[in-house]
Amino acid sequence: MKFQTLESKTVVIPTDNIDTDQIIPARYLKAISKDGLGEGLFRDWRFNADGTPKPDFPMNRPEAKGAQILVAGDNFGCGSSREHAPWALTQNGIRAVISTSFADIFKGNALKNGLLPVIVPPDAHSELLHSPGAVVKIDLRSQTLVLPDGRTVEFPIDGFAKHCLLEGVDELGYMLQQKSAIAAYEAAHPSSIRA
Amino acid sequence: MKARTIVEKIWDNHVVTQQPGAPALLYIDLHLVHEVTSPQAFSMLRQRDLKVRRPDLTVATMDHSTPTYSRTLPVLDPAGAAQLEQMEKNCAEFGIRLYNRLSDHQGIVHVIGPEQGLTQPGMTITCGDSHTATHGAVGALAFGIGTSQVGHVLATQCLLQTPSETYAIQVDGALKKGVSAKDIILAVIAKIGIGGGTGCVFEYIGSTIRGLSMEERMTICNMSIEGGARAGLVAPDDTTYQYLNGREFAPRGGAWDAAVSCWKQLPTDEGAEYSKHLRLDAGELEPMVTFGTNPGMGIPISGAIPNPSSISDPMAKSDLVKALHYMALEPGKPLLGHPINVVFVGSCTNSRISDLRAAASVIKGRKVNPKVRMLVVPGSQQVKKQAEAEGLDKIFREAGADFREAGCSMCLAMNGDQLEPGEYSVSTSNRNFEGRQGKGGRTLLASPLTAAASAVTGVVTDVRTLL
Ligand code: SF4
Repeated sequence: MKFQTLESKTVVIPTDNIDTDQIIPARYLKAISKDGLGEGLFRDWRFNADGTPKPDFPMNRPEAKGAQILVAGDNFGCGSSREHAPWALTQNGIRAVISTSFADIFKGNALKNGLLPVIVPPDAHSELLHSPGAVVKIDLRSQTLVLPDGRTVEFPIDGFAKHCLLEGVDELGYMLQQKSAIAAYEAAHPSSIRA
Repeated sequence: MKARTIVEKIWDNHVVTQQPGAPALLYIDLHLVHEVTSPQAFSMLRQRDLKVRRPDLTVATMDHSTPTYSRTLPVLDPAGAAQLEQMEKNCAEFGIRLYNRLSDHQGIVHVIGPEQGLTQPGMTITCGDSHTATHGAVGALAFGIGTSQVGHVLATQCLLQTPSETYAIQVDGALKKGVSAKDIILAVIAKIGIGGGTGCVFEYIGSTIRGLSMEERMTICNMSIEGGARAGLVAPDDTTYQYLNGREFAPRGGAWDAAVSCWKQLPTDEGAEYSKHLRLDAGELEPMVTFGTNPGMGIPISGAIPNPSSISDPMAKSDLVKALHYMALEPGKPLLGHPINVVFVGSCTNSRISDLRAAASVIKGRKVNPKVRMLVVPGSQQVKKQAEAEGLDKIFREAGADFREAGCSMCLAMNGDQLEPGEYSVSTSNRNFEGRQGKGGRTLLASPLTAAASAVTGVVTDVRTLL
């Protein structure tokens, strides 16, 4: 999945430690495909028990419509390894999440689905938290983000992940090409599991 | 040669190749699979016309959406039933060993791995589940992966990985009566916070850890992810070897001796450097309980619920306010004595035989408070069998508790076992996120001893008053 540049308004959920059970509750994990997971996104924060939307939840506000960038508090995506979390986000049109930090597994899962985890310093983060709906420009190649006030900040990203996103590299294809190295490793390292 | 940590040694032993500009291609010795995070990976294999490279190193079980009311009655939830059926199909088609509902080896993926000796020191282990760190208790580097990576491991038996830093969590001293492994890890997480270990692998060291049984070490490693670490481990020692010797998939005879002499090379070298180091005095620990909506929000059982007014960071303050609002708990008040509705003894953190024994030791000769629903859910069919052989099932049932079939059960509310909105539960599981145990449910995480004591009294209880 490719990612190069993105310009969009933001939607802000100003909460730290948003865990994967909030991003998509376990009861939505019974799917055997990726279809329809978007419905579960922030389900219990977005909707009342009777299925009506909670008007106060940032994603439900009219000005959030069409936002492709989510700004959230520290340590986004902690908890389970469910890749359903990035699937649910991307199915709702989210293509980047901005925070000061991400849980490791979520970050890895997001990158594999063209969802960009953008880590910004606290001052830029605080500006973004306080300007919901502002338009932000992300350029992956230069690893920069243009803030609403026009300032440019850099963000870190693993070089390989960046390359894969920019070029749309098929990671598994890359791994499969190393078959002979894998076979050589296997020959030299027999399993200790009793057959 | 440079002094290395156990994490570095296992890493070095598993690098298949390291191309410039790319992460290492890391070989995976054991891949565990369950019904929830694998279906889309198998679909991907089909789409790309790929096989499972090492079905012999891949083991599947049913646990998450598996009901615990019975092994033989139909699965009532159609979506859950479809998922289990798909697991059967996928394993049959790709030649993977599956412990299905009827198997005597079925159970929670992180309970059955060590139990059957599949999980061994020095291994790299993956599973599409964040609690894979549990297997680190035997001295393995075990981490949770997402479904795309499940597909990668199925197809290549490898993972693209960059190394993590090692964070030493050192616990020394003797635990006081009534304080257990669960309290150690809850105290660690309360101290470092749920993001404290991000980017790290924990190595648990120190005299207290050395003195723990394998099952206690599993409880601690299990919750590494709750401290933000992707993995956590304990270097193998005689306790490890004694535990593994004779288990079904552990090497035997000469192969066993050879394996042990390899495993003895694994512990961290004298002088190896850790990126971070935390020290805890076991003697100062009390039983722990959580009051909030993440596992870092924990206090000693005699402590008070923190007050948001004492926090200066505005986001942290509003998160605490939000958590206390969800939990309907008052700042500054004790948690001790707070009424509860449910007690859950189970999950990959605390569903092994020693956990059931601990809970039963408190329940024995007492009754579960009539206001409380108590669920005891063994982690595997083997644990269940052992518990029955010891008469623990009778102790629980006679006290009024429900003793179930093996599975994840009320740990994550996707198999029918769940809290009702507003209910409080004292749970031996690992997560107290909003709605984790059922929409609107309120989870207090604690040890099996604390859970059992609270079941008896109907309120949050310091088990030491019942010992
Ligand atoms: S018991 Fe809970 S934490 Fe453990 S594997 Fe099952 S759902 Fe996950």
